[in-house]
Amino acid sequence: MVVPAGYYLLLAAALFTIGVVGVLVRRNIIVMFMCVELMLNSVNLTLVTFSRINGNLEGQVLSFFVMVVAAAEVTVGLALIVNLFRLKASTDADDVDALRS
Amino acid sequence: MVAVLAQAASAQPSTAEFFVFVVIGAISLGSALCVVILRNAVHAALMLVVNFFTIAVFYAVLEAQFLATVQVIVYAGAIMVLFLFVLMLLGVDAEQDLRANPAIPAQRPAAAVLGLVLFAALAISVAGPYLQRTSACPSGEAGAAAADTAASMPCAGLAAANEQGNTQGVGALLFGEYVWPFEVTSVLLVIAALGAMVLGRKDERPEDLVDVHVEADPVAADPVGAYRADVGEEV
Repeated sequence: MVVPAGYYLLLAAALFTIGVVGVLVRRNIIVMFMCVELMLNSVNLTLVTFSRINGNLEGQVLSFFVMVVAAAEVTVGLALIVNLFRLKASTDADDVDALRS
Repeated sequence: MVAVLAQAASAQPSTAEFFVFVVIGAISLGSALCVVILRNAVHAALMLVVNFFTIAVFYAVLEAQFLATVQVIVYAGAIMVLFLFVLMLLGVDAEQDLRANPAIPAQRPAAAVLGLVLFAALAISVAGPYLQRTSACPSGEAGAAAADTAASMPCAGLAAANEQGNTQGVGALLFGEYVWPFEVTSVLLVIAALGAMVLGRKDERPEDLVDVHVEADPVAADPVGAYRADVGEEV
């Protein structure tokens, strides 16, 4: 029983889809943010798989850069969420409707 | 389980990979679903930790040992601690009722349909060409010869690239060809840390700051009075 490289790509696609559906369905901002992390991870898995398919390490280097950007994004995003919570006293995305007429 | 895996590993390398893929893949998908489904945000965060660990296992299987380590340290360590810290800090671990009506009618069916379409598109376009048995990656030394017989869309494998070791290979690329982006990421991290500090601090009034002695400075305490005294106006 062999594992074609496409199986990993299928799994990454499924994880990405779960992340997208989570962002669309959930209303808690922090959980939506976690789903974004899920999507970033699935893309990283795709990059590492293609790195193995192509036989060079550049995909892994790009994946490393994605991790760095994700770390920076989480830092700033969580600070924004804390600020939003101070303002609205909730983490529900539906409560952030200041621009609604 | 361990005995089965060990037996499989001794029989054929790719069989062990298959078992690892099935078991860890099921855990990965299940934990990802739990992140979306679980009502308690803290439980969702813990399920996300499980998912990060399974991704780390996949990196190790895919011959990316350095990234597997970084995944555990950065994601399962730093990022998840940050998430849980914010969850505890805000005290929003109250359960959210997922059965409540969403703001947009038919939001969930629409999201499910869109998700299925997205998955089908990704599966056909990205994964489709690599689903044949010939796309199996050669693992280690044993599969190096098998790669030559692959018909279409073969998998090269990282045996040659990882010859000096995976960490050495990634390091040579990072500090060689990609040294400029690598330096830029350090700037990015500093900016992110500064931004988080600026965003995260409270809006303090000047008199709350320890360093500013407002009372000692008459102009700052009563600017209008000081201006009037300056121009010689009687108050």
